Amino acid sequence: MSSIWEYANPKKFIDTTDRILPWISVLAVVCLVVGLVWGFFFTPDDFRQGSTVKIIYLHVPSALMAINAWLMMLVTSIIWIVRRHHVSALAARAAAPVGVVMTLIALATGAIWGQPMWGTWWAWDPRLTSFLILFLFYLGYIALWEAIENDDTAADLTSILCLVGSVFALLSRYAVNFWNQGLHQGASLSLDKEENVHDVFYYPLLVSIAGFVLLFIALVFLRTQTEIRARRMRALMARERMG
Amino acid sequence: MIALLTRDIRLAIRAGGGFGLGLAFFLIVVVLVPFGVGPQSDLLARIAAGVLWIGALLACLLSLDRIFALDWEDGSLDLLATAPLPMEAVAIVKALAHWLTTGLPLVLAAPVLGVLLSLPAAGYMPLIVSLLLGTPALSMIGTFGAALTVGLKRGGLLLSLLVLPLYVPTLIFGAEMARRGVDGLDYGTPLLMLAGITCGTIALLPFAAAAVLRVNLR
Amino acid sequence: MTVTVTDLSVARGGVRVLEGVSFDLAPGAALVLRGPNGIGKTTLLRTIAGLQPPLSGQVEAAPDSLVYAGHADGIKPTLSVRENLSFWAQVFGKKDISAAVEAFDLGALIDRPGGLLSAGQKRRLGLARLLVTGRAVWVLDEPTVSLDVDAVAMFARVVRAHLAAGGSALLATHIDLGLGEAEVLDVAPFRAAKMDMDDFDEAFL
Repeated sequence: MSSIWEYANPKKFIDTTDRILPWISVLAVVCLVVGLVWGFFFTPDDFRQGSTVKIIYLHVPSALMAINAWLMMLVTSIIWIVRRHHVSALAARAAAPVGVVMTLIALATGAIWGQPMWGTWWAWDPRLTSFLILFLFYLGYIALWEAIENDDTAADLTSILCLVGSVFALLSRYAVNFWNQGLHQGASLSLDKEENVHDVFYYPLLVSIAGFVLLFIALVFLRTQTEIRARRMRALMARERMG
Repeated sequence: MIALLTRDIRLAIRAGGGFGLGLAFFLIVVVLVPFGVGPQSDLLARIAAGVLWIGALLACLLSLDRIFALDWEDGSLDLLATAPLPMEAVAIVKALAHWLTTGLPLVLAAPVLGVLLSLPAAGYMPLIVSLLLGTPALSMIGTFGAALTVGLKRGGLLLSLLVLPLYVPTLIFGAEMARRGVDGLDYGTPLLMLAGITCGTIALLPFAAAAVLRVNLR
Repeated sequence: MTVTVTDLSVARGGVRVLEGVSFDLAPGAALVLRGPNGIGKTTLLRTIAGLQPPLSGQVEAAPDSLVYAGHADGIKPTLSVRENLSFWAQVFGKKDISAAVEAFDLGALIDRPGGLLSAGQKRRLGLARLLVTGRAVWVLDEPTVSLDVDAVAMFARVVRAHLAAGGSALLATHIDLGLGEAEVLDVAPFRAAKMDMDDFDEAFL
């Protein structure tokens, strides 16, 4: 184990992830079950929001992962541009659909939570709007991957799109904040704030966040393996055709 | 660079399409809005600034795929890439030509169409200034999008999907500035933000567009 | 202004097509690339012209000495012959197009829009572009497609004059141009060996 870049070799990556994938998957399921069951059945109702608050155990982790998935794509895209490791580009490709689903879960649970709380399914609140824009960025990114036949070209173009998109996503976030100050409560999680969520809610939330993180890692590993194999298959077929 | 600029403008004028089509589209969008929301002039006055901005944005989008597609098809782009002109310069000149043939006419047409939407008198100045500042950013971002999709067979739809989210900040600050102008509020902050976005895109996106073009050419 | 190609490997569509290509192209010399369709001549020329990066190996040439002409001529249908040529002259920092017009006998067509030219006339205009660039090394991909016998002779004369003036040319072509002095390089022996099916490196090649 001399350097992290060893894992940029597809074979090494598949071998390693094959070994740790079962563990991560089991751990992800355990964390999710514990976190969600604990959160849903063994916490008191909130004194203001009643039992609706419990959707937080899906809403907050998925929202976090929606952003983290994009950040991961950004990092792997930069690694591809700088060091040209194919596994990195394929990992970015693998993470995008997972990120989209996380964004959708965050939006859907947000709407379901917003209905009883704010009396509306949707409001053009800065946070909600930012997530909608993030969703559009994900769609464009995935569509570009699908549209290009040559794998290296696709990796290059999507990486640059990811870089440019990140800058504009950040810009949109500030623009939207400026455009409409919203209804959304402030971040419920931070380490130093006084008005943090009460411990009773806090610990199950941490467990379910850990579950979502592990689930994301497991899915990305699995999908990256699939992408590597698909890529290898296309290379084999191209070689066959060249005869 | 000037040779490329004059050639592109000349092509846009001779080929038709460039100038006229974008403007006509802008006109049609603006005419359709009252049919959709009703003819009450107080309502129209309230949404006029936003409608004009969205109309300009869509009209701009319409002609984006022409920026590189024609040069790609007839092989000029290959030849330009091997010419002494750096690709960054090609990208920025293409964006400038697009702005001169599409963005600028839209800015000039906007006040006329503002009359149709009973835009309040106080709104004209901020509207024109915001469009004048914002449309170059639209052209530059669009040039990047066009460079991304230049090699694709069905690039048009994908181009819109890629470019529209990138237009969000420009649209927000541009329309906000025009709206504040209509309401007689201070529009200094959105003006500065809009100018900042335009300067930033013009400074950075030519490099991204050039990188993408090189990838697409190989 | 010798162009030196050393141990060049090129790929098309992610598949290695040619490897180990090496040659020198000295001033005053012409080199004709031959080989069956699909062997990778176009890919090789595009790599030498700098349009795509080589997989390995090097192309050494003086900066700003190459000019490339591919299958497409890059002629704008709405611009006249004169405007098309002047544009490329300006891009390359030159002004005079009269020599190019004369060499390819375009005088009578000078004000005709590019869209109304026949395929052969378009090709002549595309080749005339080489002269207005003032570049020393011509990298040409199938330059004689759609030219008639007279025009091919015209082209051969222009190439010969270019060589005599100290220029050089690298051409991929199937027909005999009557350039007796040109060397011929058959690229078929450089066809990339098929690698073992299990032997994937990190780049999936």
